[in-house]
Amino acid sequence: MVFELTEEQKLVRDTARDFAQKRLKPVALELDEKEEVTPKIMKELGELGYFGIIIPEKYGGSGLDSLSYILILEEIAKVSAGVMITVSVHNSLFCQALNKFANEEQKQKYLPKMATGEWIGAYALTEPHSGTDAGALRTKAEFKNKGYVLNGEKLFVTNAGLADVFVVFASTKPELKAKGISCFIVEKSFKGLNIGAKEKKLGIKASDTRAISLVDCFVPQENLLGIPNEGFKMALEILDSGRIGVAAQALGIAEAAFEESLKYAKERKQFDQPIANFQAIQFKLADMATRIEAARHLVYNAAQMSNNNHDFVKQASMAKLFASEVANFVANEAVQIHGGYGYMKEYPVERYFRDARITEIYEGTSEAQRITIFREISKG
Amino acid sequence: MNIIICIKQVPDIGSIKVDPQAKKIIFPDSPGVLNPFDAYALEEALRIKEKRGGKVFGLSLGGPESEFCLREALSLGADEAVLLSDEKFKNLDAYLTSFVLAQGIKKIGDYYLILFGKQAVDGDSSLIPAEVAEWLDLPQVIFVKKFDELTDDMANVRRMTEDGYDTVEISLPAVISVVKEINEPRLPSLKGKMRAKSAKITVWNTQDLQVEENRLGENQKSAQIISVSPPPPRPKGEILEGSPEEIAEKLAAKLREAQVI
Ligand SMILES: Cc1cc2nc3c(=O)[nH]c(=O)nc-3n(C[C@H](O)[C@H](O)[C@H](O)COP(=O)(O)OP(=O)(O)OC[C@H]3O[C@@H](n4cnc5c(N)ncnc54)[C@H](O)[C@@H]3O)c2cc1C
Repeated sequence: MVFELTEEQKLVRDTARDFAQKRLKPVALELDEKEEVTPKIMKELGELGYFGIIIPEKYGGSGLDSLSYILILEEIAKVSAGVMITVSVHNSLFCQALNKFANEEQKQKYLPKMATGEWIGAYALTEPHSGTDAGALRTKAEFKNKGYVLNGEKLFVTNAGLADVFVVFASTKPELKAKGISCFIVEKSFKGLNIGAKEKKLGIKASDTRAISLVDCFVPQENLLGIPNEGFKMALEILDSGRIGVAAQALGIAEAAFEESLKYAKERKQFDQPIANFQAIQFKLADMATRIEAARHLVYNAAQMSNNNHDFVKQASMAKLFASEVANFVANEAVQIHGGYGYMKEYPVERYFRDARITEIYEGTSEAQRITIFREISKG
Repeated sequence: MNIIICIKQVPDIGSIKVDPQAKKIIFPDSPGVLNPFDAYALEEALRIKEKRGGKVFGLSLGGPESEFCLREALSLGADEAVLLSDEKFKNLDAYLTSFVLAQGIKKIGDYYLILFGKQAVDGDSSLIPAEVAEWLDLPQVIFVKKFDELTDDMANVRRMTEDGYDTVEISLPAVISVVKEINEPRLPSLKGKMRAKSAKITVWNTQDLQVEENRLGENQKSAQIISVSPPPPRPKGEILEGSPEEIAEKLAAKLREAQVI
């Protein structure tokens, strides 16, 4: 299968590449060390349209197709996986939730602000007691006075410190367990929503991850998203397409780590010759390149299928599983090829190695992907 | 009221070679880039438009390949793009290039500012802005690094000099060329890029500009290229050897010898 990108897809990829190389690459290490995506970068991402990639044009977005979106995420991830996830959670998880499930009023109220980055979105599903088993969440939403009162705690919420608005999943009918979950649009300004301290992380340090708590947080009825008690199905559906984004992140990290390694292997001399002359190094590079190529096909194929309204659940899980494992394999080999220098912060592979790790965990762990893949292939 | 910004496609300068025998610069086949200095003029035009309204016209003289830089201008926020293109416009010298550009500017009309980058990185002549001003009989300031004030009919600008700047007040319309210190150019947005991809570019030829054919003949050129040569190679450096102390001593002696210290 050869991926023939359309003219438009090439154009947006090149535009994103130019932006990532010129604006993000020079500061990627600094963002990692400061543990933030600076306001200057957030502003520029907004002005250039990176927060409205998949929002329809009538709400002020670019209305791009899934593959274009994935190509953009890949280019950003290649220079900063931390910036990439900030963009991707906003688009894939928050905006996509509204694209899919919001009513017209909700779309008109929120999407134009999201498209310009004036408002940033986050997605709060995970809780202390429910990660992979997200359907077992304990946050409660009680119907009262034409609205819902939310109580509970959410963990590891990406963008929490930057966000103006969250989609929050909570149980409206606890006795029905996963079939009693509903989804809410909760604004930062709603009383009772408390944002925790920034978590210290191994990688993707530029991204902002925090716990949030809801203490008698009143959410007006018009902020119920989608159909009551169908929240869990919605959460999974949003994650199905979101994980192609994480797959693209993994692909970007792997590509960056490979490119650095190839360059380094040609430059670094030992025993009076470039280390690229040694077959042990050549074989590593050959394996890295081969796996990246395979991952790219899985990722683009999943994106293309999701765009064409095919059932893409299996392909998305396979792409995410494979690409994230490739990212970790490649980043690990990249450090090895760099020897001691690869362990030092002056060389970007140190960061790629740390950044790769998360791709096997969030938006479904590798184990969770395998469960999904098996369920899909055994459907009969 | 229009701002017209003259822009040019140039080769990627990293890959240029010089053929002294043929008295020619050999340009690479690669598609080329927007003249880097023009990006600053374009950015300034867009900032002025955002504050004061009006339209920004991108204007370029060249073959169909120049559409690329006009699309770049459109993607960044220019409103219209005009390409002056004709077989007769090939191989013009600066004098005739500026003449044709001036005709294009007149045809666009209703302008109060005509902006240029300080020079093109291929020809490096810096002549065009001044010559265009002469053809149009307009005042000009070149090498501007800041607009302090701007109204419909006057501007207060800072002109870079070797060791500082002059403050110049100029009546408008005028021709102004800018240096890279003036701003930090923006990058194109996703939407801008897509809009520009399918935007219409107006193309004008000799007839549209009502330029008579013989006006652009060989005998009308004012400059003749006598010779072309690459810059002399940099003389070889000298590497001082020894312990850090010895090297420092030798270096100090050399610097004294050269009367630097
Ligand atoms: C940096 C970061 C950002 C995040 N951002 C968000 C966000 O924005 N929004 C959000 O809602 N969540 C977010 N998460 C949460 C993330 O999605 C979860 O951490 C992830 O789903 C795993 O859940 P858990 O950590 O509770 O692990 P657990 O579910 O406790 O899993 C522990 C281990 O057990 C394995 N396991 C669990 N169940 C099974 C099973 N049935 N079979 C086999 N193995 C199993 C897992 O694969 C894993 O290896 C983020 C997490 C991190 C670290």
